[in-house]
Amino acid sequence: MAKISVDGIEYDVNPENNLLQECLSQGLDLPYFCWHPCMGSVGACRQCAVKQYRNEEDKKGTIVMACMTPASDGSIISINDQQATDFRSHVIESLMISHPHDCPVCEEGGECHLQDMTQMSGHNYRRYDFKKVTHRNQNLGPFIGHEMNRCIACYRCVRFYNDYAGGEDLAALGSHHHVYFGRHEEGVLENEFSGNLAEVCPTGVFTDKTFSAHYTRKWDLQTAPSICAGCGVGCNTAPGERYGTLRRVVNRYHHDINGYFICDRGRFGYDANSSKQRVGKALYRHGQEAEFKPLSSLEAKRQFAAMTGGDVIGIGSPRATLESNIALRDRVGVENFYAGFSDAQFDCLQEVLKSLREPGLYCPDVRQIERSDCVLVVNEDITNTSARLALAIRQAGRNAATDLANEARIPLWQDAAVRELAQNTRSPLIIVSPQGSRLDDVASATHLLQLDNQIHLLQAVAHAIDPDALKPTASNEVDEALSSSIAAQLCQAKNPCLVSGISAESPALVKACVNVAKALRAYRKHNSAEQNPVALCFAMPEANSLGMALLLETGGKPLRAALQRLASGSADAAIVMENDLSLRTSQTALAEAMAGGVPLIVMDQLHNRFNEQAQLLLPSSSVFEQHGTWINYEGRAQSSYQVFRPSEDILASYERLSALDPMQECGVSSELIMQEFARANDAFSALTQLRPPRVGISASLKSPRQSHRFSGRTAMHAQDHVHESQQEQDRASALAFSMEGVMLQKDSSLMASPWSPAWNSNQSISKFQQEINGELQQGSKGELLCVRQSTETAYDAISAKRDEKLTCFIISQLFGSDEISANAPAIQARSLGPYACIGQELALACGIRQHGLVDITTQTGRVQLPVIIRRQIAPNCIGIYPANEVDKYALLLGEITLQAVPDEDSHIASSRAMFDHLLIKDALAREA
Amino acid sequence: MTNSQLIASTAPRVQARTLTEQEVHDIEHELTLYPDKRAVGLEALKIVQKHQGWVSDESLLAVANFLEMSAHELDGVATFFNLIFRQPVGRKVMLFCNSVSCYIMGCEQIKAHISERLGIDYGETTADGQFTLIPVPCLGDCDRAPVMLMDGEQQRNLSIEKINEILAESAERE
Ligand code: SF4
Ligand code: SF4
Ligand code: FES
Repeated sequence: MAKISVDGIEYDVNPENNLLQECLSQGLDLPYFCWHPCMGSVGACRQCAVKQYRNEEDKKGTIVMACMTPASDGSIISINDQQATDFRSHVIESLMISHPHDCPVCEEGGECHLQDMTQMSGHNYRRYDFKKVTHRNQNLGPFIGHEMNRCIACYRCVRFYNDYAGGEDLAALGSHHHVYFGRHEEGVLENEFSGNLAEVCPTGVFTDKTFSAHYTRKWDLQTAPSICAGCGVGCNTAPGERYGTLRRVVNRYHHDINGYFICDRGRFGYDANSSKQRVGKALYRHGQEAEFKPLSSLEAKRQFAAMTGGDVIGIGSPRATLESNIALRDRVGVENFYAGFSDAQFDCLQEVLKSLREPGLYCPDVRQIERSDCVLVVNEDITNTSARLALAIRQAGRNAATDLANEARIPLWQDAAVRELAQNTRSPLIIVSPQGSRLDDVASATHLLQLDNQIHLLQAVAHAIDPDALKPTASNEVDEALSSSIAAQLCQAKNPCLVSGISAESPALVKACVNVAKALRAYRKHNSAEQNPVALCFAMPEANSLGMALLLETGGKPLRAALQRLASGSADAAIVMENDLSLRTSQTALAEAMAGGVPLIVMDQLHNRFNEQAQLLLPSSSVFEQHGTWINYEGRAQSSYQVFRPSEDILASYERLSALDPMQECGVSSELIMQEFARANDAFSALTQLRPPRVGISASLKSPRQSHRFSGRTAMHAQDHVHESQQEQDRASALAFSMEGVMLQKDSSLMASPWSPAWNSNQSISKFQQEINGELQQGSKGELLCVRQSTETAYDAISAKRDEKLTCFIISQLFGSDEISANAPAIQARSLGPYACIGQELALACGIRQHGLVDITTQTGRVQLPVIIRRQIAPNCIGIYPANEVDKYALLLGEITLQAVPDEDSHIASSRAMFDHLLIKDALAREA
Repeated sequence: MTNSQLIASTAPRVQARTLTEQEVHDIEHELTLYPDKRAVGLEALKIVQKHQGWVSDESLLAVANFLEMSAHELDGVATFFNLIFRQPVGRKVMLFCNSVSCYIMGCEQIKAHISERLGIDYGETTADGQFTLIPVPCLGDCDRAPVMLMDGEQQRNLSIEKINEILAESAERE
């Protein structure tokens, strides 16, 4: 701790930080632009000027940039000093010289850091009335709008996009008064985190294009704390609604998970909520062939009750809330409740759960991944399955730079200096994968191996670390050199971190990763100064994959058992909840099950291939339209709150399932379901603390979802009737669908959208943090549900075989693989149809040409796909992106054969156009 | 706009050209002098400009591919420097100093004369593609102001007569 004096008042501060950060941590108002809490300082904008005095006697002082000056002990500074104040007001005036006067039509208006800082710096009148510099804007694709005239040249965008997120297609172009931030030519911004530009840019240059298309001011949005359901990371989000439609999603700070940044799937996938695919009304038909007929909400409830009177089975879902899964199980009975994921995933998840309880290991949160000094990624294409983790892995590479900076005694917040010092020095990142990935640019090594050979390698690595781990049988020279080099790097590291996933649906892979972690644990116990646990995590494909697995531990059976019962017709009805079963099992298995003729009730948000077969199709709420609990890859339970109430036809699955009497207005609240369940199941008892009590947090008053200047309350329904309508009531949480109640000032327990006097932009988050980059005050971090046991388990036996035959691996795409977000128009504009990838050797052997077609024969059928030939692909492998169309389970079962389809100009042209959009850097050029 | 139109509207428009043997040779020489490929960016742009007169989008992509760096980053370098030309220039580029010493010594009249004779202002090229006129801040020759740099040669103590001579001479050489 150090003591500094600011305008005569003493503060205890952290001398490792700079003055700006410490002043903000103390709650002082000091304007800034280029500094960013998680990207450090570069001193580019000169807005954070303060007066610093050498000692008590020094009455003159010098102007320094607070963000570039360490908060060393004894520092005496003044923010209010007249010269410093004047300096800041002149700086903002010159930054604003060419800034247009267009706040009323600017999307940033009302939550603009530039507006806030201009006010704060006292630049109230514009004196410059000459010609301004104007720029041409670029079409940057479906996600990001561009209005360069608003730029103040703080350089935050390129620092985030290039330095932090590893993007390559944004640059600072030109110089002095006409510096330009854009691409060298118009085109889609490629990076998976491009959406954060809208939040990082302190002005309205980069904006959310999808939001602009149905724009609403921040203060007119109704918001609630939510959780992204795009994958298993569980990023915290703040969705906003107006007039009954969802308008946008922005990041909501969570100290341990997403911090300040979310991925583009999470940000731009929300629009599926209002897509044409949405199931808006209950649909019913007599018998299989008949047409669907819409039902009123009451008819739907009656029909549902009538159909579920007898012996009903229920298939849950890893993309539904925990409450809905519990309610389904309660409704049909434990003996009739089945897993909503494939059997292989079921087996994988059991192994993952074991690993989460294994002593001596820990599951790193996103921050902890960032701190690892050696990361091993196995098989999972993490950028495309759990993107936020990939961003953290990218930062982990910088730990080597941290060491260099510490040696050179450069403070870590000196961002440019530290990067300059480090150049290309990075901590080791070892990738073992069947294909090249978006992290290869920061990887120290990428080893291209097909799945069986990966498992084999992992076994060899485990054995090299700890000889007690079983040696794989068919090892050879190459393996040994490779495995011992990987082993050595993992052993040397202070905080080694293993990252894998269950996309390959291989329990053996999960076990092999756990074995390596256990070997490291043993090694560290005996040979190393580092005694802290070993980091091991598995990316989860869906927001409640782990939640469903945990629930199944308290009762329920795998999917195959359900399919058998369906096939034999031994049930009166089946409820399939929020699940497209055609993505969970092979088409053959599904067809057999459907042939049993059990009447099918499906509840879902969107129409899909599977629910077309339902007899009764019931509309379900999305994550934005219900309260719910989600359990992420760490086993962390988090709450999402209803942002707005959908039309009366749409109900949360748990509301429908828990209402036994169709005349009842709605079912039991999520809170009640959760409380009862938590009381009945010890393993879930922490869930009782998850949400603040519903009575309201202060004097029994609820907190508003709407801002204090929310407009149009009495007028927004005037087209329907002139009476002021009653506010919707929320009986299930401490939030109100209203602008009335207790505003959460400095309390983040229920905060969605931060706001503080004079701080209208998202930068106001600093007012809610205990310190900059710290925990939120009263923030709800969620509850970790998996408890580490006290006794260590032994290595798992795996039959590690080396495989040389042609195998298939399934490719995931950030934009398209997730069923729900894939229906958002902006995401669709970035997604592709199914395709196959192969290496050059295989292409030559089969006579397949770049962008040609391949015919793939499986045991149960065949499929033709356009091909892309890549350099970075394991030998004897074909990668297939099924785009939720191709039957991946048929591909993974048994042998496949490939055959070239004769080239035709039309398909070459169309597949080339498609691949132009696929951001694979290692594709081979097509020979002339 | 439909999705496919949107994608089409933002698809890459230019393709890299092939670098000439001479260019490749020169760039490869520079590569031996730097530890890192990207560091050669500026030198490579200068080499291309020497041979092509300017740096087209096609050239930019070619250099970026050759150095295995992002074309966007390389364009950041190219556009930072005033003397890397990202649009075609005349066969002769007049780098005309309009800084303070030259100003005191009357460069404005001389500039006016050039503009009148050639019909171009700063940043413009004559219709016949012969001359481009570009202002520069200082050529380091203040004791012999006004000065300009043309064809690698410093032209000192400029006067209207001297400009006429220079223009006549280059017309002859054509
Ligand atoms: S575009 Fe935005 S973030 Fe980038 S330099 Fe300009 S104002 Fe800063
Ligand atoms: S999709 Fe996953 S990584 Fe992306 S924002 Fe959502 S939870 Fe985070
Ligand atoms: S914030 Fe300190 S100089 Fe920009």
